[in-house]
Amino acid sequence: MASDTRREHAVEKVGARKIIIYVILVLWALLNLFPVYWMFTFSLKTNEEIFGKNLIGLPWDWKWSNYASAWNTGHMPLYFLNSVVVSVCAIALVIISSMMATYAITRLEWRFSRHVNAFFMLGLTIPIHASIVPIYVTLKNMGLTNTYFALIFPYAAFSLAMGILICTGFMVEIPKELDEAARIDGCGPWKTFGVVILPLMKPAVATISIYSFLQCWNELMFANIFNSDGKYRTLPVGVQQLSGQYTTEWGPIGAALVIATFPMLIVYIFMSKKIQESFVVGAVKG
Amino acid sequence: MKKKDVINYINVFLFLLPALALFIFILIAPIFKSLYYSFFDWNGMTDMTFVGIDNYKELFTSKPIYFWKSLGNACLLAALSVFIQLPISLGFALILGRGIKGERPFLSIYFMPVLISTVVIGQLWLKIYNPDYGLLTVALQKMGFADLCKPWLGDERTALMCVFIPTLWQYVGYHMLLLYAGVKGVSPDIREAARIDGASESQVNRYIVIPSIKPILKVSVIFAVTGSLKSYDLIYVLTPSGGPKHCTEVPSTRLFEMLISRNRYGMGSAIAVVMIILCFAFALMISQAFKERDIYGK
Repeated sequence: MASDTRREHAVEKVGARKIIIYVILVLWALLNLFPVYWMFTFSLKTNEEIFGKNLIGLPWDWKWSNYASAWNTGHMPLYFLNSVVVSVCAIALVIISSMMATYAITRLEWRFSRHVNAFFMLGLTIPIHASIVPIYVTLKNMGLTNTYFALIFPYAAFSLAMGILICTGFMVEIPKELDEAARIDGCGPWKTFGVVILPLMKPAVATISIYSFLQCWNELMFANIFNSDGKYRTLPVGVQQLSGQYTTEWGPIGAALVIATFPMLIVYIFMSKKIQESFVVGAVKG
Repeated sequence: MKKKDVINYINVFLFLLPALALFIFILIAPIFKSLYYSFFDWNGMTDMTFVGIDNYKELFTSKPIYFWKSLGNACLLAALSVFIQLPISLGFALILGRGIKGERPFLSIYFMPVLISTVVIGQLWLKIYNPDYGLLTVALQKMGFADLCKPWLGDERTALMCVFIPTLWQYVGYHMLLLYAGVKGVSPDIREAARIDGASESQVNRYIVIPSIKPILKVSVIFAVTGSLKSYDLIYVLTPSGGPKHCTEVPSTRLFEMLISRNRYGMGSAIAVVMIILCFAFALMISQAFKERDIYGK
């Protein structure tokens, strides 16, 4: 009897604990979802609704014209294009250079490969502030501020160490016998790299692309200093300036925020696991 | 050296060339250049004047530079990050990592803010804090606390905290994800064995899971501290001019001002140098602290 009631108590206690845990989990989930929900809804509202009549509900009339004004008068297409160009070029540069470097470090035989690898890994800890002034001075002297180059090369350089780290993880998994076989068939290192190794590195390309894309797409400090005015603003700088212009009209600002965010969210919905992996890989191994 | 070796080294060099060029020109050389500039008074145009360590002296002694204030704020953010943000992240990581229903959706939702541009997050919070129509203000009014309302980001007493809250909130998911990966790496057999021996859930966490994820915990603490020292984006978006009476300044915002508004390249470089040194010093100290724990047991 006694043991029965004790067991009942235990079951009740576990049940209560479980409920508390779920309440906390759901509350925190709401805290994370709410700003995004709020952004989507107020991007479709009139000022009247936003400023009191319909603060957090769904919009009464879906005011798509907010998107039209953000898109037409706010130069959003241009900023969007700039962000795409800068990110894609930087990612391509990271992938090419880190693949090649990793191949030299892990597959070719030479004395200082470990040292060179350690040297590259320094890049994981160097803060971008270390190079901001000299890069700015150099860019200014060469007349390269407010160009795509001003962002592509620094972004690539700061993603490079992580790129090499990720590549190394994938490349050491490829059996050395493949290189051996290729060599016997008469392939030099370049052919082996291009024909044997590269096709097997597709998963690494995906991980590196995701990691670098997130770094480039959202970066503000370099973009703000190097490309602050002119036609080469990226989305973060553009959105920041735009909301300075539209201080009283929240709808179009909301629309601009959504435009800047949705590519990321759509990619995340389809690839959440892969994206999370690309963030973990560096920290866990490094 | 044989001819074959020479060819091998040429190949190695060519494979490394793109990465080395990027790395040396954009990361390594600028560090030394920053150090060099920091000993000069220079506006970027006219000749550089060598001033020795005057920039550093001014940085640490002159009040209008607000450097101590900015360092203090960054350290406060680091402390909040380590003692509030990380425990929250660890809590969620432990709960989700144990494997409960809805683990994946919760994980994905919690990580989402990390992916959203800080400018977007900052703009959203600007609207939350808006003194006339913001959510916070309206919510307080509706609950009958209208007299508590104030211009959140314009008031010296609240601005700093209002800037820090979204900063901490945004990256809970990031640390949670790292720690979650660690928790998932703990073998279920050990967990099971401990449960059979009668350990409660919290004992399992305390004596088995947390000690075995120490390496990741270390990385998390280092990221939290160095990230706080470097923080810039959200603070710049929420209080573009350093907040009321410079109360939300951090080293990065000072660097930005010296460089862009005042054209003081030498001083900007001095700030950068101090930041690099602090980041490395803290990273080393944290690594050291985690090491000692290992030698002397728990």
